[in-house]
Order: sequence, then structure tokens, then C-alpha cells
Amino acid sequence: MSRIVPLHALAHGRTGDKGNRSNISVIAFDPAHWPLLVEQVTEARVAQLFAARRPTAVRRYLLPRLHAMNFVLDDVLDGGVNGALNLDAHGKTLSSLLLTLPIAL
Amino acid sequence: MASRALLRIGCGAGFSGDRWDAAVPVVRTLAAAGGPAVLMYETLAERTLALAQLQRRQNPDSGWEPSLERFVRPVLADCMAAGIPIVGNFGAANPAGAAACIQRLAAGLGLGALRIAIVEGDDLLQGLAPGRLREVLPAAVAGRPLVSANAYLGAQEIAGALRAGAQVVVTGRVADPALALGPMLAHFGWREDDWDRLACGTMAGHLLECGAQVSGGYFADPGVKDVPDVAHVGFPIVEMRADGGFVVAKADGTGGCVDRRTVTEQILYEVHDPAAYLTPDVVADISQAELREAGSDRIEVVGVRGHPRPPTLKATVCYEGGWLAEGEISYAGPNAAARARLAGDIVRERLRGLGLSHLKLRCDLLGVASVFADDDGRWWEGRAPAEAPDVRLRVAAACAAHMEAEQVTRELTALYTCGPAAGGGVRSAITPRLHSDSCFVPREWLRTGWRWAA
Repeated sequence: MSRIVPLHALAHGRTGDKGNRSNISVIAFDPAHWPLLVEQVTEARVAQLFAARRPTAVRRYLLPRLHAMNFVLDDVLDGGVNGALNLDAHGKTLSSLLLTLPIAL
Repeated sequence: MASRALLRIGCGAGFSGDRWDAAVPVVRTLAAAGGPAVLMYETLAERTLALAQLQRRQNPDSGWEPSLERFVRPVLADCMAAGIPIVGNFGAANPAGAAACIQRLAAGLGLGALRIAIVEGDDLLQGLAPGRLREVLPAAVAGRPLVSANAYLGAQEIAGALRAGAQVVVTGRVADPALALGPMLAHFGWREDDWDRLACGTMAGHLLECGAQVSGGYFADPGVKDVPDVAHVGFPIVEMRADGGFVVAKADGTGGCVDRRTVTEQILYEVHDPAAYLTPDVVADISQAELREAGSDRIEVVGVRGHPRPPTLKATVCYEGGWLAEGEISYAGPNAAARARLAGDIVRERLRGLGLSHLKLRCDLLGVASVFADDDGRWWEGRAPAEAPDVRLRVAAACAAHMEAEQVTRELTALYTCGPAAGGGVRSAITPRLHSDSCFVPREWLRTGWRWAA
């Protein structure tokens, strides 16, 4: 019987922005959870979570030695810091959206 | 001498809005350590340079970092006494003006004349014929009057100035990590094609350039990621060895923390492909990087590799983008979210009636949902707004003309008397917008260098 927890319980992360592109890291608190994250925090699930922002590409880079992954989402910032109407034009808060992703233990 | 084998670089600011006093404990730590050291300031975000350029148009004796004096005054005398050079991109749109400002400050502090160097060549509006620039501009920018166009220079000019004995190096646009790599090149004499060491120095600079972000800032999550004494977070110091190995630490006697978690978050900050982090000096590869604990608040970074630098330099161009109109009004208590939502609908309907339906308008319900939603409101589709006891409507619109922006804020303000029940606390603002885009310029088009400030 699996239990569902938000990604926030297993990992931390940080958002960076360049132009209209956002990158969000996801880092396992416990290296033992790393394989679970690789299996469940996929490009497809992240693209679905950010679907309202219509990413033109979602790429995941794995950094096994850091137990981390780096997501790069293209064209999700409504033009970015100089173009968006969003209060958070940088998208700094988006790591917290990614950390809502449900994970089955 | 053994102490030459280590160069310490401290960071005094990670952006223009950073704390004015952050550098004080950093300099105290560097001076107490006694070996060779440099203090860097990174205060020039993408947009900051365009704002500085606009300011300089108004007043030729401006256009550098507005807080320059506030940043440097608390540490200038101590740095000069301890032989710690200062390197900063606080020159923005007017490095010569910034240098003169520091020279005046030094005189006021009784320090005498300093050897101040200025790095030049980043400004494409000055350095390139307009036709040349047009060849590389993105299509969206074509035909628009530019506010600024600056290439990201590398570390070589900074290194040259320091080798010649500069006590202060003032730059405009350089790649942020170059502010740390330049001093390393000058100190260790690394070759221009020693790609692995250049990549190590670049990633060390990358970890320093955002100030406290590597040492407990932009990190705390109470109960999950607790940071000791975060109100007094210490700014970072890198200890670089001649072989490119380095340790990230922070100022003594400060709050914050440097651990695996903070360094992992920051090493990936604003990185896309970890195997190819592009800078003017080197393509850095952190795909095989590892972190090792090296004592309390000390993390050693190993396994960074480098590849030959790209043939072009990235440049950011900024142009005027009309006006941003914003306004807010609060509703609280029973049915607050519904009243706030109705208020937004009223503004939208009124603007339509005034012939302004072409404006891009965004409505947020602060307290219910604001930042996760996209500008087009697709995020709201299929979602019922949750009830909340204290909700603030925010409207934001992009306007080509100032008069349009005035109409938006006027309609928001009119909600006091014409809107839903019990709306209060209206605030509104109209601010100029700047758009930016990037392009790539062949290195050989630019004449870059450094000179002594007059």
C-alpha cells in the first residue's frame, strides 16, 4: 500500500531565470530517495504541472553525484522579468509549485 | 611563501538591492586571515544597466550603481590598509563616473589617491557602428530605439588591471563569475586555455556572485530547512588553490550556513545544461562535480571540468516597452474572494467600454492565488477560487501610452465608490517598462581593455 507525499517532503529546490526560461533544481534530502525521484519526477509530469504556462520544451538533466536534477522550462515566464505582468516576474516562487508534485512512496 | 598558494575572494553584494553593510564582516575575515584576498561586488542585473543608461541620459554625471558609496564606504579604508583590492561591476553605464566617485570617497576618508582601473569595451552602442549591431539583433528588436546594448566581457581585462597593481577595478557589463575569475588569473597566472582551472574559477565565481544565496539566503523553510541566525546571514568567501580546488565558506561571526544543501541549490542556480555552462572565458561542466564537507560551514567543490570558450560573446539589449499600470484594493471577511473577483470583472468591463479591450490585463487575488498563475489566466481554468478571509485584488496592465495606463489606475481607484461592498486600501502606480533580449557578437568585433581612471 503506497503512501502519497508532496515532493516537498523528500526534496528541496531553487528557481533561477534567464530571459523567458526558468530552471528549477530538485535535490534529494536523503540520497536513498534519489532513484524514486528519478522515476517519478519526470519531464512529462513536470510539463503537466506547468501546462498553464505552455512550456515549449521541458528538459531534465540528472546530476547523480549531487543527488540532484535540473529542470529547464522554455518560454514559461510570460516574457520574463522585463515583460511579465506577474508580481513574481522572475518566477522565483515556481520551485514551490514543483515541490507540490505528489510522490508515491 | 606558503600563503601565496591560497587566494581568498569575498563577496560584498549579490545584487543592486543588497545589504549595504554585508561586506563589513567579510573584509574583517579576509584581513584576519592575512593572506592574499580580493573583495568583489556584483550589482548589475540585466535590467539594472538599462536603468543606469536612462539615468545617464538625464544627467551625464550619473549612470553608475546608485548605492556605490553606501556599499564601499564601510570597508574602503580597511581594504586598502589590508591590501585587499576591490573589483565590482558597479560602473554600470558609466564606469569612469563610478571611479571618480570612489576617488572622491577615498579623499574624504583621508586615503589619498587610489590606483583605480576601468574596464571598457562592453558598450555596443559606443563600440560598434549601428549597422554592425543590426546584423546580430534579434528580429523582435529590429527598428526599435535601443536604451542599452552591452556584451558580457570575460575576466582577462580585470586580470590585466590587477596585475598592473590596481587597488580598485570598476567594470560595466562583465560575466558575473569573471569578477572572481579575473583576480584568480592575476594571482595564479593560469593560462587562457587552461580550461579545467578556468572552469573551477568560474564556478567559484558563480557560487559567490549572488552573495548570501550560497550561505543561507533564499533557502530557509522553517521546520524543513532551518538556517541559524538568518537575519544576520554571512556573505560568502571562497578559498581558491592554485590547482583549481576550492572551498566555499562565509564571513566569521555571522549567521547563515554553508552546507551541501545550500551549495547544491546555488551551483545549479540559473544553469541550464550542467555539462555546458557558457561564459566568455570557458564552458564549464559541473555534470560530474561533487561536494565534500570540509569543516563547519565549509564545503569543498571538486570535479569541475572545462571546455574551450565559445567564439561569440552574449549581449543583452534593452529597449523602451511602454508603461506598466498596477492597482490594488482589499476585501475582507465574509464573501471576500467573491467581492474581489467581482471588482476585477468590473475593471475589465469598464476598460472594454472605454475602448481599451486591446490592453493585456492581469487580475490576481492576493490571499487566494497570485504568483503561480500565468498572465493569460489559463491557470484559473477549471479552478473555483477558494474562499479566504482577507483578499486583495491586484490588476496589472501593459500599456503603450501613458494615458492608457492612467485610465487603468483610474478605474481601479473608482472602485472605492463604484465597486463591490467594503473595498479599501487602494494603491496604484504607473512605471515605465523596459524590454530586453539577447544576441551574440563575434569577439573580434569588440575592442576591449582597461585603463587607469583619470
